[in-house]
Amino acid sequence: MTSAPTTKTIQKNDPLTDLAKKNIIDQIIDQNKERPGATMVVLNELQSAIGFITASMQEYVAKRLQIPVSRVHGVVSFYSFFTTTPRGKHTVKFCMGTACYVGGTSALIEKTKQVLGIEPGQTTADGNITVEVCRCVGACSQAPVIVIDEEVLGRVKPNKLPQVFKPIQEKAE
Amino acid sequence: MAHFRSHVLVCVDPECLNKGAHDVLDAFQDEIVAQGLIDEVQVLETSRIGSCSNGPEMMVYPDGVHYVGLTTYDIPYLVEEHFLKGRIAAKFVEEKKITVDEELSAPTAKEIRVVLRNCGKIDPENIEDYIAEDGYQALGNVLTQNKPEEVIEIVLKSGLRGRGGAGFPTGKKWQFCRASQASPKFVICNADEGDPGAFMNRRVLEGDPHSVIEGMIIAAYAIGSNQGYIYCRAEYPIAVKTLNIAIEQARNFGLLGKNILGSSFDFDLEVRMGAGAFVCGEETALMASIEGNRGEPHPRPPFPAVKGLFGKPSNINNVETYANVPQIILKGADWYASMGTEKSKGTKTFALAGDVKHTGLIEVPFGITLREIIYDVGGGIKEDKGFKAIQTGGPMGGCLPSEYLDLPVDYEELAKAGSIMGSGGLVVMDEETCMVDIARFFMEFTQDESCGKCTPCRVGTRRILEILERICDGKGKNGDIETLEMLCSEISETSLCGLGQGAPNPIVSILQHFRSEYEAHIYEKRCPSKVCKSLIRYEIIDGTCTGCTVCARNCPVNAISGERRQTHLIDPDACVRCGICMQVCNFNAIVIN
Repeated sequence: MTSAPTTKTIQKNDPLTDLAKKNIIDQIIDQNKERPGATMVVLNELQSAIGFITASMQEYVAKRLQIPVSRVHGVVSFYSFFTTTPRGKHTVKFCMGTACYVGGTSALIEKTKQVLGIEPGQTTADGNITVEVCRCVGACSQAPVIVIDEEVLGRVKPNKLPQVFKPIQEKAE
Repeated sequence: MAHFRSHVLVCVDPECLNKGAHDVLDAFQDEIVAQGLIDEVQVLETSRIGSCSNGPEMMVYPDGVHYVGLTTYDIPYLVEEHFLKGRIAAKFVEEKKITVDEELSAPTAKEIRVVLRNCGKIDPENIEDYIAEDGYQALGNVLTQNKPEEVIEIVLKSGLRGRGGAGFPTGKKWQFCRASQASPKFVICNADEGDPGAFMNRRVLEGDPHSVIEGMIIAAYAIGSNQGYIYCRAEYPIAVKTLNIAIEQARNFGLLGKNILGSSFDFDLEVRMGAGAFVCGEETALMASIEGNRGEPHPRPPFPAVKGLFGKPSNINNVETYANVPQIILKGADWYASMGTEKSKGTKTFALAGDVKHTGLIEVPFGITLREIIYDVGGGIKEDKGFKAIQTGGPMGGCLPSEYLDLPVDYEELAKAGSIMGSGGLVVMDEETCMVDIARFFMEFTQDESCGKCTPCRVGTRRILEILERICDGKGKNGDIETLEMLCSEISETSLCGLGQGAPNPIVSILQHFRSEYEAHIYEKRCPSKVCKSLIRYEIIDGTCTGCTVCARNCPVNAISGERRQTHLIDPDACVRCGICMQVCNFNAIVIN
């Protein structure tokens, strides 16, 4: 049963309309649907493979797992790791753990507003960089810490931020 | 196994990785190939060699030389000196010698490593390394020599208590679960280490995953379970990867799966990932999450030991609890019970962070004082500033002032002082920390992480946060403290789970120990530590300012004006009090008033 979901309006650029991505989605669901507690496993895999979980994708997952859409949406909206809109190409996360907070994360965010022109939760107009605050990444002895994509940078000072952002800004061009 | 002349351990902790440990590792491997040493020198990835503060780091055995601060450019020299000429490359040697082998540490050292014994010493991705350190021997002993009841007896006798924070006796928990009639039963490891400032479990999972797996298999045997889950937070991708490798290797060695070590006992294990919800560290919420639902807690009883995961009896312990178990079996309950205090036995890992000189992971016996932890293990306060408070137990814990420095650390003593043991985060705060701001910070955290299921927690934490924000904003009013006190006691009495019940703790402990700071904010509109933005002003000292323009160029809101070589001026209305100017000023010409 892999027919299209019942949604009236699948967005034009929804991953479900892209055959390659649709195959990935189906593969993830097929591999995991029999596991106990499959919803979390499937959503986690979708989030990391596709990068976000649109409303249409949620409906599709619900249909394939034979559970109500409300359950899937409930799970997606509960956990902060799941996002429903695409992020920028690069993600800059500011650790908001206790040690980082005491170590000056606020000043870093302030400086970021100046350098990139966006606040946490926003993406630059060119769709290149998303800035977020995140929970403790567990690198407290390096506070304050920022995470650029997968890379953890410790002991970051506000005046070093322009330099830190440069590589990911340039990659866009 | 091939015989190598030298073993080189390179630290691949996130902190070292961000300083280029991978590049150094690659360069090193290339260089030993180039020098024809590939059959003589074995390179292993490991974690936690030293403090990671001067990474990338490398440990060379059997010489026991600890190199730090390496770059790819240093590698040819290092390889030539150490591995070809046999001379120690002194300029990269860690100045203070850090002993990695804890059995040899001098008796004056305050640390005892049980849970962390293998971290940084073995390759976490190689099960043979763990087995060489007596790994899985405890499991073998248990399966061949002990009845499940005897295993529980040993754990009971050791006095091991849950390291997740609540401190419930582990043996008792196992007993309850064993006594439950229903089947199947589940063994769950809580690796959802969400407390900000805590990273002990991550290190154990990344550095010694098999100790946790072995502990879980023993627990499963004791309670009669055949399936286990490790619930690990999504923020720890390396831990998840390491665990999956370890589980696969354990399966290949016949340590997981059917008929373990020929004993006809079956047990298998699966890693489940969280998705960034702090409340999932609460056991009932965690199980809801494994079941694929929103991570909302539900009331206890029934306790998980009776009705847990998928409605079946489940035993849930923390990473550190399981990691202790194999050692207790091997060395005996009496050995374990010989460490610690009357009611808290053994050792505890802590993540020491904040304004202390040597931040990082420590493991100390219960009964050690906070002073010993901060000054002897942690080396004292950064820049030798004054001590103000130590925060124990994460966002549900409390802040203790200097009067409590000589408090022996155990579950009961911390609770008596108005804090908790928690999972083991210790954040040291110096005299420049504003305690009201810290209270606000924790409330912001719990407020944000409240799952919303029960009203006291969902609405109550919001109200507390609003009051605290107002106080920090200089708009505190008479009666605020009393309202806070009332809200705090009602929220902790009426909330459903540990998150709500513990959420007011930081506020209460700060009210108890730092009341004067609240009062200064409310009645005098003054922030004694000069932190709260609405209550401070940045000013430039005439005469000290050289007019170098650095502050003006770095100000994010262009609030600083002034001619070159003239004293600059900060416009207090435009200033957002971010403090960047003060950090960049080379002449200490900017002060807070």
